[in-house]
Amino acid sequence: MSEARERILATIRNSLGRGRLDARGEAELRARVAAHRRNPVPARATALDERARVELFVAMAEEVQATVTRVGSPAGVPEAIARYLAAENLPAELVMAPDPTLDEIPWNSRPLLRIRRGRAEPEDRVSVTPCHAAIAETGTLMLVSGAHTPTTLNFLPETHIVLVRRDQVVATYEDGWDRLRAAAKTEVLPRTVNFVTGPSRTADIEQHIELGAHGPRRLHIVLVEDGGAARGEGNQGHRGPAR
Amino acid sequence: MLATSRNFEAAAQAGLANQNLQRALGLARTGFPLRRRLAVERLPEFEALRETGRSIKDHTLQHLDFYLELYEGKVEASGGKVHWARTSEEACAAVLQICRSAGAKLVAKGKSMVAEEVGLNDFLEANGITPVETDLGEYIIQLRHEPPSHIIAPAIHLVKEQVAETFRAEHRSLDPDRLLVEPRQMCDEARSVLRPRFLAAEVGITGANFLIAETGSSIIVTNEGNGDLTQTLPGIHIVMTSIEKLVPTFEDAATLLRLLARSATGQEFSSYTTISTGPRRAGDLDGPEQYHVILLDNGRSAMIGTEFQDMLRCIRCSACINHCPVFAAVGGHAYGWVYPGPMGAVLTPSLIGIEEAGHLPNASTFCGRCESVCPVKIPLPKMMRHWREREYAKKLSPPAYRSGLAAWAWMARRPALYHAFAGLASRALGWAGGRRGRFRTLPLASGWTRVRDMPAPEGRSFHSLWAQQQKSGAAR
Repeated sequence: MSEARERILATIRNSLGRGRLDARGEAELRARVAAHRRNPVPARATALDERARVELFVAMAEEVQATVTRVGSPAGVPEAIARYLAAENLPAELVMAPDPTLDEIPWNSRPLLRIRRGRAEPEDRVSVTPCHAAIAETGTLMLVSGAHTPTTLNFLPETHIVLVRRDQVVATYEDGWDRLRAAAKTEVLPRTVNFVTGPSRTADIEQHIELGAHGPRRLHIVLVEDGGAARGEGNQGHRGPAR
Repeated sequence: MLATSRNFEAAAQAGLANQNLQRALGLARTGFPLRRRLAVERLPEFEALRETGRSIKDHTLQHLDFYLELYEGKVEASGGKVHWARTSEEACAAVLQICRSAGAKLVAKGKSMVAEEVGLNDFLEANGITPVETDLGEYIIQLRHEPPSHIIAPAIHLVKEQVAETFRAEHRSLDPDRLLVEPRQMCDEARSVLRPRFLAAEVGITGANFLIAETGSSIIVTNEGNGDLTQTLPGIHIVMTSIEKLVPTFEDAATLLRLLARSATGQEFSSYTTISTGPRRAGDLDGPEQYHVILLDNGRSAMIGTEFQDMLRCIRCSACINHCPVFAAVGGHAYGWVYPGPMGAVLTPSLIGIEEAGHLPNASTFCGRCESVCPVKIPLPKMMRHWREREYAKKLSPPAYRSGLAAWAWMARRPALYHAFAGLASRALGWAGGRRGRFRTLPLASGWTRVRDMPAPEGRSFHSLWAQQQKSGAAR
């Protein structure tokens, strides 16, 4: 295949009417890449303060049929999940990411919630994962693969529950990506970054939108307000923000 | 994929007469443009993003050799492998070799137009490997042994009754008396039939919407989640893609992603935008052990530097297709190859030759809607005109058309004669049209009068009216 490689590159250079770029030309392009300068970004989310940004995230996520519960602190999460599962007629049984950030949640407070930690298997019906960031611009969750966050959790089960800390809500995709760059220990990215906006859907038959084509039918977000005025208020019901 | 673009005229006639197709197209005709318009109206920066999107793609194409090499290095640094393919044959051979090395028998496929372009499914089947399409639309047409009729909605030519009929014929192990009336039921049935196939497949093949040079990543944009199951569950992930999908950085991809979903389906963002970099890492609990990229050229590198270079900016959103009155009338199959509508009318001759695809750039009213909605501002009508010029220069158009055009050109270069003749002809036709003011039949115009009347000129030519107006304007 290396012959194909050389021929393709040669044809491109020939079409561009030049040879290989000289060292200075390449250095300029490397500098452009390394700078990863932002292109113009819509003001929709960047112009907002923290409070409005979180509200925009919730509104945009609900617009694409995600559901949102708000809880005051991590202590409210088990109850919020148990209530959601009961309301949706789902078993109180879930597979959860083996992520240490979820360990601070007092799961024992709901002893009937059966939890397995690990990747998703075909028979799993409900998964719980953390997220890397939540993007206000379009109500999008940014999920990153890793030893503690297997990707199958995001796609195999019919119901996917995502925990979002309020301080994870950022304005744009670029903001989320900057956090990823800052957190990365090496230059190589994690295997997969999933930007998830609402549950799975298709319109392939007569343009009818149906949820749950191959991925989750339900995407439920538990937003942990964690501190500030909201701390200690507990679960406020699972459809939409309390105002 | 075997091209049947030469049969455009007959296929278009068949499309116009196909009632199911006309019903299905009727649903698409209004839906897509309306949803796109609403999404665009919600984003005040949309026009500015189009301009940026265009310049990102232009910049990348001007330095494509550099970015391809940078990309390849990064893919390898993350544990993946790049396979360069000049032609469909080389691309198919590379896929087969990977499948054989793993002893694979079953391949799950996400939607990939490049895979359609190289005819991958037929090739794999001929070599004893079963490809299963997993995008709902692609799955339906695979069962029906049809090509896709649209680049993002492959089964858009079908109505639900036809889908139900296909499922009953193919899913024979299911209860024959089951209810299969609503899209919901068909969607559930496809989900339950395909899930075990995802789990059994040894190889998953997806396309790519973009490739990021900085990180060696591939991006897929889907709504169903089938692409993600395809590239997460099997042990090997193959990305079928082409050289013009590159962008320098994530930031550049983000701009194009903001344009893509809005232009395509009118969504703010598709359900799943997934960025993949290399195979499973040490400690990962899932994901493929191998990550391969097939990088197809197939004539693209030769488009750079020509009047068709701008076509390589295309991000395959289908906005031009969704807004094309010709596509809306005849459907995608008439175009006879992978890419229908205006983008196909420009790209298809570039990739398979104007000799094969000469009808396509002629199948346009030049209304210009395609260019006006293109998220990266590709001048599609202008490029169709370039193809018509090349067709004429190569003497590929019909003799009657050529001699008619030559006669007109001879006249048009002699303004005095032209005006005299045009004035005479319009007066004569105006007189012949009589009080009805239109013709049922007219010599040399049967193509028009067969289906509608030809209005008679009202007796004055545009030129004479214009001259008169200029004169009276000057007198004022």
